[in-house]
Formats: sequence, C-alpha cells, structure tokens
Amino acid sequence: MSTTILAAERLNQRFGGIQAIDDLSFALKEGEVVALIGPNGAGKTTLVNLLTGVHQPTSGRVRFEGVDVTSQKPYQAARRGLARTFQIVQPFPRMTVLENVAAGALFGGASPSVAAAMDTAREQLEFMELAQFADRPASALTLAGRKRLELAKSMAMRPKVLMLDEVNAGLNSSEIDGALRLIRKIAERGITILVIEHLMKVVMSLAERVLVLHHGQLIAEGGPKEIVRNSKVVEAYLGQKFADRFGGEAANG
Amino acid sequence: MKSRWLPYALFAAWVVVLATTPLWGSNYIVRVAIMIAMFTGLTLSWNFIGGFAGYPSFSTAAFFGIGCYAGALAQRAGVPMVLAWIVATVVVGAIAAALGAIILKMRGHYFAIASIGIVEVARLIISSWGSLTGGGDGLNVPLMSGGPNAVARIFLLVMIVIMIMSFIVTVIVDRSRLGFGLRCIQQNEDAANMVGVNNRLYKVIAYTLSALFCGTIGAAHASWTGYIDPSDSFSILMSVKVPVMCLLGGPGTLLGPVIGTAAFMMLEEVFWANFLDYNRAILGAVIVILIFFLPGGLLALRYRDIARRFGLLREPKMAA
Repeated sequence: MSTTILAAERLNQRFGGIQAIDDLSFALKEGEVVALIGPNGAGKTTLVNLLTGVHQPTSGRVRFEGVDVTSQKPYQAARRGLARTFQIVQPFPRMTVLENVAAGALFGGASPSVAAAMDTAREQLEFMELAQFADRPASALTLAGRKRLELAKSMAMRPKVLMLDEVNAGLNSSEIDGALRLIRKIAERGITILVIEHLMKVVMSLAERVLVLHHGQLIAEGGPKEIVRNSKVVEAYLGQKFADRFGGEAANG
Repeated sequence: MKSRWLPYALFAAWVVVLATTPLWGSNYIVRVAIMIAMFTGLTLSWNFIGGFAGYPSFSTAAFFGIGCYAGALAQRAGVPMVLAWIVATVVVGAIAAALGAIILKMRGHYFAIASIGIVEVARLIISSWGSLTGGGDGLNVPLMSGGPNAVARIFLLVMIVIMIMSFIVTVIVDRSRLGFGLRCIQQNEDAANMVGVNNRLYKVIAYTLSALFCGTIGAAHASWTGYIDPSDSFSILMSVKVPVMCLLGGPGTLLGPVIGTAAFMMLEEVFWANFLDYNRAILGAVIVILIFFLPGGLLALRYRDIARRFGLLREPKMAA
C-alpha cells in the first residue's frame, strides 16, 4: 500500500539569478491525495514542470516507480503515467470535446487505434459528466467545462499520478463543489493525486497530507490540521486570522 | 457522416476529367491538365506540413528542384527513367528528413524563414557546383522518343498517377494516429506534447512526407521538359503558389488541396491569357483576399447560407 511512486530528490532549479526550487525533496505514496500549497511565486508550478519534463532541473533527480526519469520529455512523462492539468487550460480548440479526450487516450493512454481511443474517450466523458457536450467544439465550453475537459483528457491517459494545477481557480462555489466530487471519484480509483491549490476549503477536505512551499523550499509537511497550526505556515502563507478560524474549527470539530 | 464517400467520388471524377483531356481537348488543354495534375501533387504534399501540422513551409521549390537535379543526373548516368524518379524521391526524402530535424526546432515565422532559406541555399549549391550540375548553363535530360503529342499523353498519365498516390497517402494519414497527432500539434503544440505526442518525430515525418512526392514530380518534370536550369527548378514563386493553392481550397482537408489547385490554376490561365501584364498583381490580390475573407479556404465556406441568401435554396424546416 505505502510504496513510493514518485519522488523528488534534492531538486534545484535556477532561472538566472532566481532560485525557483531550492534543494527540495519529497515523496508521494501510491494512492494518496497530497496538496501542495504556498504563496504566489513559491515555485509550485515550476515543481510540476520539473516532475513532468517541461524543465530539466539544474540539479537533483526525479524518480518514478523507482526509475530515474529526470531527463524525460513531456510526452514520455505522459506515456509513463504522469499526467497533469494546466493552470491555464490547454484544449485543442477546434476539435470536439470527444476528440480532445481521445487525443489523451490515443497518445498518452496507448490506445491501439483511433477508434479504440474514441471509445475510451466516451467512457471518460461519461465518468466526468461531460457526455452531453461530446460533439461540441472544445472552445464552446465554459471555463468550468474546460477545466473538467482537462481532467477527462488526463484521465484518458490512464495516469498513475495525476497533478492538478489549480483546477478550481476561477470557478464559483457550486462549480468547485462539482469539481471536488469528481476529484474524489478519481481518487477512489486508486490514482495518486497531487493538487496545487489556493483554496484552503479544497485542501482541508481533500488532502491526506499537505506540502507547503515557500521561496522554493519545503517549509512544512503534515496532515491538514497540523499544517494550519504550524507557525511557519501561518506566517508565510495563511495569516493569523485564517489560522484562528480553521484552528478553532479543528479544535471544536 | 452524410457525405462520407463524396470526397472520393469527386476526386475520382476529377481524375477522369484530367485523364481524358487528350480525347476532347486541344494540346493547350492537355498541357494545362498536366500542370494541374503536377501542382495538385505538390499541393497535396504541402498539406502534410502546412495543413495537418500547421507549419508554414516554403520549401516546396527546394524539394522540387533537388528532385529535378537528382532525377536528371541519375538519368544522365544511365539509370532508366522510372528508376531515376524513384532515386530522386528517396534522395529528396532523406534530405528533407535531415533538414527537418534541424529547422523544426523553430516555430512560426522563424520556421517559415528557415524554410525559404533552404530554397535559396539549394539553388546556390546547384548553380555553383558547375562540374556536376552544369551550373547556370543547366543540364540536358535524355528525351523520350516519340512525337510531342504521345510524350504529352504519357506525362499526363505520369503526373496523374503521382497525384493519385499523394491523395492516397493523404487519406491514410488523415485516418491514422499520425494525422490525429499532427492536428493536435497544429492546434496546440505544447498540449500535444503533454498528452503524449512525440512532436519532433511527428513534425519531421510530416515535413518528409511533404517532400517525397515533390522529388518525384521534379524528376518527372525534368524528364518531360528535357532541360533544367537552377532558376527554373528553384523558383521561389512555386514555393509561394503551392501554399496559396492549399489555403484557397482548405488546408488540412482531403479535397482542399485538389479544389484549391484546380481553382487557382484555371483562374491563372484566364488571367494569363487576358491580362498578360497584370497577372502577377492579380495573384497578389488573390492572396490578400484569401487572408482576409477565407481563412479556412473554399471548403470552409457555408454554401448553404450563401445559396439561401441568393434565394437558391428554400429555408429549411427547423432541424434539431
């Protein structure tokens, strides 16, 4: 149950004079849901980029299922089972919703043929409650719909680890509730999930473990209730007011 | 799926029209038919990189020209004509794969400029390498025996066969994983990579496919005309016309390149015959109109709406 699936080992990333990721190590265990939080510019998206081969780290290693994958290309990460969604959604705008998802199944999910990919895509759209939009162009979806399309596309790639980069940003509260439900459904399938989030409501209700990033360093790690009481985290990110409120709730509940 | 067989039927009909021109047309018409078949092959080829992958390549003239010279040199060395065309195809394909691996690191305008540069560099190498290529004096290619009419008929069939082959490859690519991946690249290259498309490999394959038949056509053209020189073989105008034809018809579609080439070449013949001084200006105007009013090509026009506006079609009942 608790084997490590994805590990970062002493990762460093410099962009010119900026140390975006500073000697960072952590591990994800198979099947767990982990949240990655931190202020803007802390290096959260950079970290995901390092884990999926978009950038090569200045030093350090990335291990996936025990294999060193540090120098992989994004398409190789996708085929291995390391899928991600983007903070800014990235659909294929003039393809239908179905074709978008089929692209994930065909290339990342290694479907044997275009027809098989279309079938897989139909199942995923059903699972993601997008089936009624299958034949619409992706550009016709609302933001919430496009975020969900990103999820369906990633799921069609049959990932082992799914990294969700602010899938809830820009959504209203009922849309967020819908997205939460879907993420839980994904987690029930045993997929390891790393969620990058600003919304503490989401973090508190989803995550089994929270990693806190600040100036490229991991400043705290632990269960969500410990994290909101951690003085370093409160100072760097949450703020005292928030900590009082959530800390109180945690104590009462 | 209402018109699944329509593109194939239209293409087959067009092949019949072109192939039968010697039976009903003048020598002039047959010549136009040869040129249309030849340019359709070039346009279908460009469609792989420019249409499916969305990379604005201006390398067509380089591949055509290298094909001319590879075929001509092979024939002069005693290689039988058809074998020389195959040699030219392979040579051009190999060169395109090697160049593609280098210039496809670039995107957009930068790629376009590099692809034009290839035409100029190829022309300069061929015209400076006088000991092999005859330099600016050009090369004579062994002529086919037989009267001019018989030769024209043979080359009409040759160009039509090449056109059919490039159409068949287009159909195969369109339905395959390759075509799907190229469309992903065309719409969002980074996202394509993220879903697992090996972008570099796919682009190099598309660029190579866009070159192969240009090589065959160049070699066949050299055998037809019997004489080649650097400025005719590497004409930058060809590199511009071919993409314009494809854009006119509808890039990334099966029939777009065929329709675009036919429409453009027939227009050009009309303008050429009637406005000898202004035909280049008219070409320019067509390009401008295309960019402004027809971004998706003739195939993307909504013919039903146009017909309705002019009262040619009755208002449909409310369809779901």
